[in-house]
Amino acid sequence: MTSVITVPASLDEESFEQVLDQLAPLPADAKLLVDARHCRFATPAGLTSLLCLAQSRIEKPDFAPPTDENVQSYWARSAFFKYAEELFTFRGTVLRPRAQQNIDAVLEVTPIARNEDVQAIVDHVKDRATHILTTKLRLEARATMGFAMSLSEACQNVVEHAGRGGWVAVQVYDWTKRRVGRHVVVISVADAGQGFRRSLETSRARALAGDRWNDGEALEAALTQGHSRHAEPGRGQGLKGIKGYVHRYDGSLSIRSGTARITKLPSWDTGEPRVEGLSPFTGAQLQIVIPERAGDA
Amino acid sequence: MKTNIDVLTALQSGVPGGYSDLVTRRTGAVVRMVIERQINGLADGTVVFLDFSHIGVLDHSCADEFVAKLMLPLTREHPSHDGYVVFNGISVDHLETIEAVLETHGLALVVQFEGSTQLVGAVTTEERACWQLVMLHGASIPETVALHTGVPDEACRALLESLARRRLLRRDADRFFPLGTAPA
Repeated sequence: MTSVITVPASLDEESFEQVLDQLAPLPADAKLLVDARHCRFATPAGLTSLLCLAQSRIEKPDFAPPTDENVQSYWARSAFFKYAEELFTFRGTVLRPRAQQNIDAVLEVTPIARNEDVQAIVDHVKDRATHILTTKLRLEARATMGFAMSLSEACQNVVEHAGRGGWVAVQVYDWTKRRVGRHVVVISVADAGQGFRRSLETSRARALAGDRWNDGEALEAALTQGHSRHAEPGRGQGLKGIKGYVHRYDGSLSIRSGTARITKLPSWDTGEPRVEGLSPFTGAQLQIVIPERAGDA
Repeated sequence: MKTNIDVLTALQSGVPGGYSDLVTRRTGAVVRMVIERQINGLADGTVVFLDFSHIGVLDHSCADEFVAKLMLPLTREHPSHDGYVVFNGISVDHLETIEAVLETHGLALVVQFEGSTQLVGAVTTEERACWQLVMLHGASIPETVALHTGVPDEACRALLESLARRRLLRRDADRFFPLGTAPA
């Protein structure tokens, strides 16, 4: 019997929890139909997480793409279908991507599996990121370097720690009607690998935590205390560097792994810094949000 | 003796693709090995100026693998090679990343940044005062440095010896020289 997983009309990192809630009671080998027919909007986090969902299943799931042509067109231009077609069995046809570029995409959905991918991603986004950060976000030109560095470190975490490949996408949004009230650029990295808890299973953080060890503790150890599964000095600097960058530009950094999420909150976000007891997510989702500079230019 | 090594050339000789960014641990290790081979082929006492002018992004992981692991063997009690390294052509972003990595490992480095030669990384106030005095005066004996810094003679000698061992000054007999300045 096939279980239907309904994709919310608006798919982002928060509403993807609804997808995970539907998955939670199902056995790992359950046959799935991921129904995105009524989806109208998706962020990079939503798209990359859908790909991870497919990767995490024992049996290749079916996928019903959005029926709205504009939505399909956007998903196609974001390169989602290019990779989804390998991971899902499609029920229904999808548009081929038009030649026109998605003007708000700094980086379309891109696989990360090797160090060479990270090098190519950074090289590819630099010029476009500079344009977006200095014009739409009105940030200083040097913000580009920290942005590229954060992107690089986030992608490297997948290569070094996940145990399997992942996905990255970067997009600009007009969030003037949302909590931040400005344009933002969003980096989303997701993988269906071993997750933070398993990655840190042999770390000092694990030994120190004892019975308290869980997904939340693992995220806290990595993000707040700089622990890494590698004991050598100098490890764990990547996330520290990202934290410093998002703090400088009043951005946010959140990591979701296993049953927990941890967030370094900016001044404009009143959310919870640590949430536990969520439905399980195989692997990890990392999201960086950098907002437009506040105030008049 | 002084020599220059272009970091971009080292990067492109070790990593295919014609990239100009120092990102990922793997890239850091490759570039370090390329540069180590060049340094090991130089005469003892040579000061190597690593030119970052054409480098774009430098991330923490790459800097840890490249900068820290390049400097660690040189600063041991019995170093792998009698070589000195100065970074030049670095941007403010490079500097921030390099400083963070140096601090993590308790290392320090001489850099040429925005037209001046600076000491960055893990150094004490007294070490910095002694180093700056040698930079200002050129070749100096410990007593001269002690006189101008107010650090007692023996403590000053120990600090200067430590700075030389950490490859932040050069030593010739009883005199200490700024990097890049040939002993008279």
